[in-house]
Amino acid sequence: MSDTATVAPSVRKAGRWVFVSGIVLLCVWTLLPIYLLMVNALSTPEEVNGFPKSFIPSFDLSSLRFFLEFEGVLNALWNSIRVAVVTMILSIGFGAPAGYALSRFDFPGKEVFRFLVVMTRAFPLPLLALPLAVMFLRVGLDDSVLGLALVHTTLALPFAVLITYSLFSGIPFELEEAAFTLGCTRFQAFRKVVLPLAAPGIAASAVFAFVISWNEVFAAAVLTIKNRTLTAFLMQSLDWSPLHLKFAGAAALVLPALIFIFAVRKYLFAMWGIANR
Amino acid sequence: MAEIQIKGVAKSFGAFTALHSVDMTISDREFMVLLGASGCGKTTLLRIIAGLETPTKGEVWIGGRRVDHLPPKERGIAMVFQNYAVFPHLTVFENIAFGLRMQKMPQAEVQRRVHRCAELMHIEQLLKRYSGQLSGGQRQRVAVARALAMEPEVILMDEPLSNLDALLRLEMRSELKGVLAESKTTAIYVTHDQVEAMSLADRISVMNGGHIVQSADPVEVYRNPAARFVAGFIGNPPMNFLPAEKVGSGRYRVAGTDVAGPDTDTRIDYAIRPEDLTLAEPGQGLAATIRVVEPLGAHTLVTCDVDGASFRAVIDSDSRVNPGDRLSLAPMADRVRWFDKETGLSVQ
Repeated sequence: MSDTATVAPSVRKAGRWVFVSGIVLLCVWTLLPIYLLMVNALSTPEEVNGFPKSFIPSFDLSSLRFFLEFEGVLNALWNSIRVAVVTMILSIGFGAPAGYALSRFDFPGKEVFRFLVVMTRAFPLPLLALPLAVMFLRVGLDDSVLGLALVHTTLALPFAVLITYSLFSGIPFELEEAAFTLGCTRFQAFRKVVLPLAAPGIAASAVFAFVISWNEVFAAAVLTIKNRTLTAFLMQSLDWSPLHLKFAGAAALVLPALIFIFAVRKYLFAMWGIANR
Repeated sequence: MAEIQIKGVAKSFGAFTALHSVDMTISDREFMVLLGASGCGKTTLLRIIAGLETPTKGEVWIGGRRVDHLPPKERGIAMVFQNYAVFPHLTVFENIAFGLRMQKMPQAEVQRRVHRCAELMHIEQLLKRYSGQLSGGQRQRVAVARALAMEPEVILMDEPLSNLDALLRLEMRSELKGVLAESKTTAIYVTHDQVEAMSLADRISVMNGGHIVQSADPVEVYRNPAARFVAGFIGNPPMNFLPAEKVGSGRYRVAGTDVAGPDTDTRIDYAIRPEDLTLAEPGQGLAATIRVVEPLGAHTLVTCDVDGASFRAVIDSDSRVNPGDRLSLAPMADRVRWFDKETGLSVQ
């Protein structure tokens, strides 16, 4: 007994130490690159290319201005936004009804369907992108906003289905039944009861689809030539663009994604917590 | 005017049969309680009447109109759910007004009805709140007010009080009875609580295994159970049963005493309610050995051994009895009932 009594506190202390250092390590792992990115994006081109580097940004916007005025950047930015918006609309348009069906109805093959939804994530994008590029050339979807948005939708759709599934599952069916008895058709009950309750979560799911498209680079680089998205544009220019352009571009990509993900984090946790029940 | 007729309604979920061909008529303004243990089919029957479930077979008529093919909104019903189903994104006012707005009722009439129903359920001061700001009892009141505002021909209630705590349940029970009597609607009320059923019902339908076992007024169900199941389900503590051995035409031997009974050739059991026993002189009545004594204030519940079987009696709380004591329990002769050993049905 005396042994455990003396050992326990030191063990607990060691465990605590491991716990805290683990957290610090994780924070550094994620936050340090973002911090360095922001420092460089907010410094003058001279500072970015010079040496030694400073850990405190000079809050100079000339790098960002250079980035925005760079030939093709605004066009690429506009393409990114258009592709992401179309992806968002398609993902929710198909994903939300699928999520609703999964949560409300029992149908043969439901479990298989759920599994297949997740399975789509198992195919590496290069495997899909090359045959798709050939196919898009044939049907004339190559180098178009819609073509790329379709590919991005296949990436975002599983998440849209899972998030909305957990969302609708969290809304008791009894509420819809009450609406039926109070004079609603199935569609009216959905519109007047389920939709208002699910709206914040659906918006979150839409934002997530937007971010997936916004950050995607491989399919964008393969499937577009003239109408590059920002990610594809930056990758294409990696070889010859100046360092400060890369940093400013990276910041322009990371910042919206960070803000969006932070805004909808509650619903993303719900996806893993409830949808995988 | 809404009489409800259930004609041969059956419901199966895959291989499981929830309801076996149920027939039932509920007259206009009657308060009918469907009583049974969970899984007996009572909620399924209610949901079929509401139109939330489609019967596998049979017809449902409300107010002389066949409705089993109609959606809930065309049946003239309103429903109160077990978990209240108060819409969380609407205020109490909008919750009560929801059904009226669906009917495109003029605003002035909506106002009038909502305020009248809120007043009836004592929730006028809550009209601007959301359901998240209400207690369970208050939510239940909103749900009832919402149903009443529809001025339905039939009001259906699915265990509406089972989520409330005991004291609140008692209060809501009597209030509900008053409000519904005043509203003059036909009511069907599902519960597993026999006390609730007894206190609310004009008529109780006891259900078991997808069948209606007995449908009668509360006192009749209590005094003359149609089957052993009903006798054991209703009454707390339930009826006592003892095996009876036939010794002659209409004569039976029960726990060592001779008793007159029905003249039948089927094997039957003797049954008596615990409160229909009185303490008798030694040698008269049933010989019992006390095992447990539970003083309940108004009376004392004793659990005894009679002829090797467990047997309960409710006796006066002034009687000083202890475990191990021997008693003689005299049954009130006109309260003795008999049940067929095989079928469980009452034998007269």
